[in-house]
Amino acid sequence: MEAKDPLNVIVTGVGGQGNVLIAQLIGRVLVAAGYHVTIGETYGASQRGGAVMSHLRISHEAQYGPLIPEGGAHVVLGLEPLETLRVLAQYGNPEVTVIANSRPVHPLAVATGAAEYPSREQIAGILDQLSSRAWLIDATDIALDLGAGILTNVIMLGALVGSSALPAGPDAFEGELRQSLPADKLDLNLQAFRRGILEVTAGTTSA
Amino acid sequence: MASIATHAPGTDQLLMGNEAIARGALEAGVGFASAYPGTPSSEIIGSLAEAAKDAGIYAEWSVNEKVALETAAAASFAGVRAIAAMKQNGINVASDFLMTLNLTGTNAGLVLVVSDDPSAHSSTNEQDARTIAKWADLPLLEPATFQEAKDMTRWAFDLSEELKTVCLVRGVTRVSHARGDVRLGEPMPPGRASRFAPNSPVQFASIPATLKHSLMHQKLAKAKEIFESSRFNWYAGPEKPELLVVTCGSGWFYSLEAVKVLGKSDSVGILKLGTTWPLPEKLVLERLSQAEKVLVVEEVDAFLENNLKELVGGNLSAVGPLTFYGKGSGHVPSCGEINPDTVVGAMASALGVEKPARPPAYGEKAQSLTGLLTHARVVGFCAGCPHRATFWSLKRALKLDARGGFVTGDIGCYTMALGPTGYFQIKTVQAMGSGTGLASGFGKLGALGFKQPVVAVCGDSTFFHAAIPALINGVYNRSNFTMLVLDNSATAMTGFQPHAGTGTNAMGEPTVAVDIEALCRALGVRVEVTDPFDLRDTTDKLLDLLADEGGVRVLISRRKCQLVRAREEKAPYRMRVDSERCLGDSCGCNRLCTRVFQCPGLTWDSTAGAARIDEVVCSGCGVCADICPASAIVREAA
Repeated sequence: MEAKDPLNVIVTGVGGQGNVLIAQLIGRVLVAAGYHVTIGETYGASQRGGAVMSHLRISHEAQYGPLIPEGGAHVVLGLEPLETLRVLAQYGNPEVTVIANSRPVHPLAVATGAAEYPSREQIAGILDQLSSRAWLIDATDIALDLGAGILTNVIMLGALVGSSALPAGPDAFEGELRQSLPADKLDLNLQAFRRGILEVTAGTTSA
Repeated sequence: MASIATHAPGTDQLLMGNEAIARGALEAGVGFASAYPGTPSSEIIGSLAEAAKDAGIYAEWSVNEKVALETAAAASFAGVRAIAAMKQNGINVASDFLMTLNLTGTNAGLVLVVSDDPSAHSSTNEQDARTIAKWADLPLLEPATFQEAKDMTRWAFDLSEELKTVCLVRGVTRVSHARGDVRLGEPMPPGRASRFAPNSPVQFASIPATLKHSLMHQKLAKAKEIFESSRFNWYAGPEKPELLVVTCGSGWFYSLEAVKVLGKSDSVGILKLGTTWPLPEKLVLERLSQAEKVLVVEEVDAFLENNLKELVGGNLSAVGPLTFYGKGSGHVPSCGEINPDTVVGAMASALGVEKPARPPAYGEKAQSLTGLLTHARVVGFCAGCPHRATFWSLKRALKLDARGGFVTGDIGCYTMALGPTGYFQIKTVQAMGSGTGLASGFGKLGALGFKQPVVAVCGDSTFFHAAIPALINGVYNRSNFTMLVLDNSATAMTGFQPHAGTGTNAMGEPTVAVDIEALCRALGVRVEVTDPFDLRDTTDKLLDLLADEGGVRVLISRRKCQLVRAREEKAPYRMRVDSERCLGDSCGCNRLCTRVFQCPGLTWDSTAGAARIDEVVCSGCGVCADICPASAIVREAA
């Protein structure tokens, strides 16, 4: 893949999924690697069930503004499937790479029975049609197997790093995880991160 | 983890704009920091409070913005550099003091940061606070980048000290609340002796006001001179541009991007201003005289644009005929945030070229594939939020009371009771404390035939901020209403900051917890306390208080914010739906749990035709077990 400058990455999901933390972690790794990084967040609803998006602009040349223009995403990391579709509708383009978690967080309209949530097959089909490459990963199920749903975002981070969509590799991210996590949580998070890498490098779960 | 005080000088760090402002204050030798939290400004004092011990400074959450500015001014008067930070609504609260502090003047550097919230992502208005700089005759700086957020804040202290006046720094969401890499400088310890020693009887008074007014104008004139050579103002582009863009703050990045997208770096020039009041007139006029078309890019009001037009109006012969593009002409939106796309559109239109777009076939495909599926997510109370339970009981009590009772609202997470997860119970929302002020007024309309019961809701932090005077007003004037204090023991909406009632200060030290209940009792009103998770007791108490007319009465609904609680302890229950007992659509409850109660931890399983717990989202609070008429929702010890 040709190197984009700026590289525009969107991390999307629902409040409480750890979206903002993942975006910051990516940002810190890339700043340490000598890149200019800007992160813009939609927020306010960040803990309250609303859609949350982080925009990352990564460049060797200059600092960019915190918002990606419409149709301008190169990579979308979706912590929630419906939010991934929402982001593609506004920021997608034929070249985009998508890595999405398969586990829905139901919007109230679905929880109340007023609307239907699209099926996994429907979502996988749309991701395929709207991207150049896409993975649909059962990250929340893997996280629950590992012992905590909260690990979902680290698994997804691993998948993103494993896809080589970012200009930094697993070692740099593991180093940042070691620095930023308390000792008692490190091993489980590293395990989750490596599991995420395998999900895209093992080549079994492409959407 | 490193704090903003311990990051090494000379390194590049990823900082939020607010953290960069805080670091700039540390590099300026700030000794005193105060604020009332408010998005998007909260992290300024939040990060200074975290760093306070490392840096040897004092930081506080003040009870409201006016007091925050007053405490910071006291430090300045005593020779200590000080910073106060607030959101755009907050500066209104502080403005009574500010409009005399400007006359009074300052001693050590005093910086007032105001962070605006264009599009009101987390606010009840999207006012442009810059107008206050002009109103109050104060110098105004507007950082465009994270680096400038730090460097300008540092400079603002020097400027304030030189001019002996407050220096304003204005952030907006996309500077204050975004993140970018910042090259750090050396922090400076406060290390100054603090002593209050006026050099005249009126040095620290706003009077004689007319004399002080004229001194204030002299300070502003000096600021204008200084701004002419500020390194935060520059021009980049051809000597005689086809289009001159004048921009500040968030508009600068968008303008740069628009020039790149349109490929117009040869014909479009950008005058980037960091000092937007007073304007550096010579610098601006020099650029305007080289242009015929001017596009002004800024967020929210046409503050810069109208000041430019005013300047041009007084210098017509120097600048010649100009066409302005901006908010006045409709090229840049006058409401809501701007973004790269709006600026590309405005620039393309001013230049008379096409705005580039993504392949239309993709856009159409994306819309048609996703449009019907992407239901909007309604912002609402979290799973396990005590507010949901309180509003459930409040709705029931008002219905059972059956006299058309209603709720006046206030500012906090519970403002979301305007919407479905609080059952649309709140009917008014304005400013901090206004719910109680309005209730005090409604409660005096009885003599004019008004018969509806009135309930004012108010959070614990809001209670201290501005509701106390309104409560006392109601007591003194014998008004008739119920005040419902939603005490979740945190300033939850802005990031769980402690407040006067929590027993902890901004720096994490134990302190007095002001007792809301005792304070209300001291006013002579009837006070009840309830646990909102006890739906029956809360409803009964509300009914009793609603009926107890003839004065002000208070119900404190007390339970810790679920998000704070979840950090401290495990969930009390594991919830499940007993599929034998849940009768689904044949129950007759009409899906009370999912359709009406609306907790994100409970969802409707259309395949099974029954309710289902989402174990990832459910917080195990157990309240839903009490609303299921079939007792199908079961609490199990976690």
